[in-house]
Amino acid sequence: MLAQQLLNGLTLGSTYALVALGFTLVFGILGMINFAHGEIFMLGAYMALLLVTVGQFSIFWALVGAMLGTAILGMIVERVSFRPLRKVSILAPLISTIGLSIFLRSLAQILFGAESTRFPVGIKTAFYQLGPLQVSLLQIVILAISFGLMAIFQVFIKKTKIGKAMRATSESLYTAGLLGIPVNRIIFLSFAVASALGGVAGVLLGLNFNAISPLMGKMVGLKGLTIIILGGMGNITGAMVGGLFLGFVEVLSVGYLTSSYRDAVAFALMFLVLLIRPTGLFGRIVK
Amino acid sequence: MFDAYTSQVLTFIGINSILALSLYVTALAGQLSVGHAAFMGIGAYTSTLLMTKLGWPFFLSTVGGAIMGGVFGFCIGLPTLRLKDLYLAIATLAFNIIWVVVVMNVEAVGGALGIFNVPKVTNNAIVYISLAVLLLFFFRLQDSRLGRAFRAIQEDETAARAMGVNAVYYKVYAFTLGALLAAYAGSLYAHFVTFISPHDFEVDRSIEILLFVVLGGSQTFVGPVFGAILLTLAPEVLRFLAEYRLLVYGLMFVFIMLLRHEGIIEEHTLSWKSWSRVLRREKREPAP
Repeated sequence: MLAQQLLNGLTLGSTYALVALGFTLVFGILGMINFAHGEIFMLGAYMALLLVTVGQFSIFWALVGAMLGTAILGMIVERVSFRPLRKVSILAPLISTIGLSIFLRSLAQILFGAESTRFPVGIKTAFYQLGPLQVSLLQIVILAISFGLMAIFQVFIKKTKIGKAMRATSESLYTAGLLGIPVNRIIFLSFAVASALGGVAGVLLGLNFNAISPLMGKMVGLKGLTIIILGGMGNITGAMVGGLFLGFVEVLSVGYLTSSYRDAVAFALMFLVLLIRPTGLFGRIVK
Repeated sequence: MFDAYTSQVLTFIGINSILALSLYVTALAGQLSVGHAAFMGIGAYTSTLLMTKLGWPFFLSTVGGAIMGGVFGFCIGLPTLRLKDLYLAIATLAFNIIWVVVVMNVEAVGGALGIFNVPKVTNNAIVYISLAVLLLFFFRLQDSRLGRAFRAIQEDETAARAMGVNAVYYKVYAFTLGALLAAYAGSLYAHFVTFISPHDFEVDRSIEILLFVVLGGSQTFVGPVFGAILLTLAPEVLRFLAEYRLLVYGLMFVFIMLLRHEGIIEEHTLSWKSWSRVLRREKREPAP
């Protein structure tokens, strides 16, 4: 029973980890929060839904389409809310993206209706017995995609030239610029990558729960924030570990406490972590 | 004097202005809170319960609600002192979410359904006298010892400490005062709408209060009040757009931020000097 719960937690947590990676990438580079990230996540799910139902594509092509679509959306967000306001204060982009998130959420409500929609899976329901565990094909697909993307992202950040440029930019925008790194283009690109990860996460969550709604971005956005605080802002390992941790905590608190306290447990944990270690579990101590 | 609708909008403008000022005090000492709705809710619930369960008069229960908010503010402000900027914002946001979930699960205070039939006492006179007193307070605060200490901490906490400003004391002071004012506004709100539930005090409301302050302009106390007026009126004015209302509402923030980085009312918007210069078509003084 516990093992089964842990597997569900892992599946949910891997989705959260993808959302948190997007948040933390933007925060690591700019030190700012993209509040519209939750809405990009939600729109990713709807893009995939449209591709599957209207476009008759398979779920994998829908996933790719959603990634491209959300990447473009992310770039638009950067152009509108971050590039003009980057040098002003941390509050200005926050408020601007709050405005964008209200805009995108109500746009989705107008386009797709306010109720939640069923998400056609397109993956056959099959179960495999792994010792005491019962694993569904859907769970395997979700875990494979999310961990695969996390691995690719790690390699991308650690090994490629663009990844190196991103890390340099996150150390110091100014110095990176002096060293000949096209800072604006790198920021632009990191928004695309971050949003694509968010979009995929939206599709995976839709697959997991078999339902999507225009309001699903809000809570997930707040949870993404919680995770990057838990893991330490701008820390990639922290975001992944934090995401998985939150998944476990949620599933276990529903299983062993009451479900009505699910959201409170996660946020209470984060509050405690902040009190004990203000920089998060993996955060650097900056003087 | 006014018809019922106008009078109601005026009351909300007044209450929202008090809320905006409550966050402005906190922000004055360089602290960012996204949990003010919880303090507002604490005030609303406390004063309602004092009045309906214990039979306290309106005035006393409102003061009781405000004090309860202040106590909670102190309890949250003290341990979160070490947190800066976004970290503090997220911690207060977490507090807000926890508070809502806890209240929803306590049946003694109505749970998720909330409390019906709160006695209706608040009227425009009470709201606007409170607001006038607060505005006077903030006007006098600007150049007072307290106000200057807040500003010094906001500008540069390390430098302020070096100059002998007791940053811990003033930061907790500002946070507690902000929570107290938010709770006061909350009890006014409860005794106006006559129905409260945890959903009235969710994070969305906290974010709305933050929007008042930042869009209005957080450099002076006039900005937050202007923001509260604008954002309370906007949904009413935009009502003809029906379901497209929120689209325009959201885009409005984006454009205001693009055009006015520091909010609509900046410090020099209010100074006669800069306006007379505009009128005489002189160029603005170059920054030193």
